[in-house]
Amino acid sequence: MTVLLFGVTRDIVGAEALEMPVDKVGSIRTVGDLRSYLQDTFPSLKNLSSLLVAVNNSYAEDDIKLDNFDEIALIPPVSGG
Amino acid sequence: MKSNRYIRQTTLKSFGQEAQKKLADARVLIVGLGGLGLPVAQYLNAMGVGTLGLVDGDVVELHNLQRQVLYTEENCGTSKLEAAIRFLEKQNSETNLKGHQLFLDRNNALNIIENYDVIVDATDNFPARYLINDACVILGKPFIYGALHAFEGQLSVFNYREGPTYRCLFPNMPKSGEIANCDQHGVLGVLPGIIGNLQALEAVKVITGIGQVLSGKLLLFDGLSQRTQQINFTLKTENRQIKSLAEDYNSASCDARMKSQEIELFLKKSYDPDSDQLIDVRSSEEFKEDHLPNAINIPLNVLDQNLDVLHPAKNVYLLCASGLRSQKAWELLKDHVAPERLIVIQGGMNTLRMATKP
Repeated sequence: MTVLLFGVTRDIVGAEALEMPVDKVGSIRTVGDLRSYLQDTFPSLKNLSSLLVAVNNSYAEDDIKLDNFDEIALIPPVSGG
Repeated sequence: MKSNRYIRQTTLKSFGQEAQKKLADARVLIVGLGGLGLPVAQYLNAMGVGTLGLVDGDVVELHNLQRQVLYTEENCGTSKLEAAIRFLEKQNSETNLKGHQLFLDRNNALNIIENYDVIVDATDNFPARYLINDACVILGKPFIYGALHAFEGQLSVFNYREGPTYRCLFPNMPKSGEIANCDQHGVLGVLPGIIGNLQALEAVKVITGIGQVLSGKLLLFDGLSQRTQQINFTLKTENRQIKSLAEDYNSASCDARMKSQEIELFLKKSYDPDSDQLIDVRSSEEFKEDHLPNAINIPLNVLDQNLDVLHPAKNVYLLCASGLRSQKAWELLKDHVAPERLIVIQGGMNTLRMATKP
């Protein structure tokens, strides 16, 4: 399970993409689970007021189910202009 | 209109004289004349948009020039709006240009936006972006969103024909300091040119009806990999229910105890070093370029490590380029200095430079 990172999440994690550890994938069943796992692993993510999760190029609410082959992206708002 | 001026686009079969007429009849408001707003203004002006409204209250600074390519070194220290209008008048004398020398705020936004058909959000901060969203929802105007972060860009068209809004993607405005802007974080010079041009393209599509408008889709552009992707999203109906603007969009200044003073008034009063302390929270580079006499430089990012510099009994005045960082400094210091002695200087050094340079 790979999560693509954008904006400030890339800076927080320090990478463009993140591979979920094999032993965690089983417990990450929904977008909400993924969010919690990422926030526990990278506590700075908790400070973001809005953080969009996209699954297979669509906006995904926390109750959306995930499987190993989903393409996931973490998208925060960006403000520069 | 000289008949062949727009011939290279009117010969396009799906564009033609009909679309050209729609451009000529259109009124577009561009909020922000920075890296995003300038390419939008230059292309829409070149292509024959009839009325262009331009909003910016800022002055050109040397560190703007790497991405704001309409401005020249000569423009530094002078109004962005005036420099942009001088260029655009020469570029296309047929355009009706309307300048608004100000920053959009909750008191002026509705009155300005209501006079236009399409709004381009080319701002550089979250309070302005949420203000534009809410004002456009209230007035039923589509707006074209572009935003940047380092090597990445985001693009979408919000509130288009009952479509989703900015708040459908990002419901809550980030708190002050949560996510840095270009000034603090940096942006590669060419990035705003790319995203700004895409905004201009979407504006043309919204006005003329050609192609598919990027509504309900967020385009992500990654300059380092040249990858783009589109994220689909839908309307959340509660975000269309906005009936009035929020009380305050500047989350840094929602504390009612914040005292502030216009820079002109601050300069008129006699500075008394025995009772006053002036803290300039800009970067040391900006401070080196120019600063007020008596000012002590403590950049915002190291302010919390230098609390011992603050005098326990003096009035502490906070100064920066525009007033924004001073407000953030106020938030940082309000628990260390009595709020009645902690004063934000509004306008900052930019206002000063605009007043002293013709």
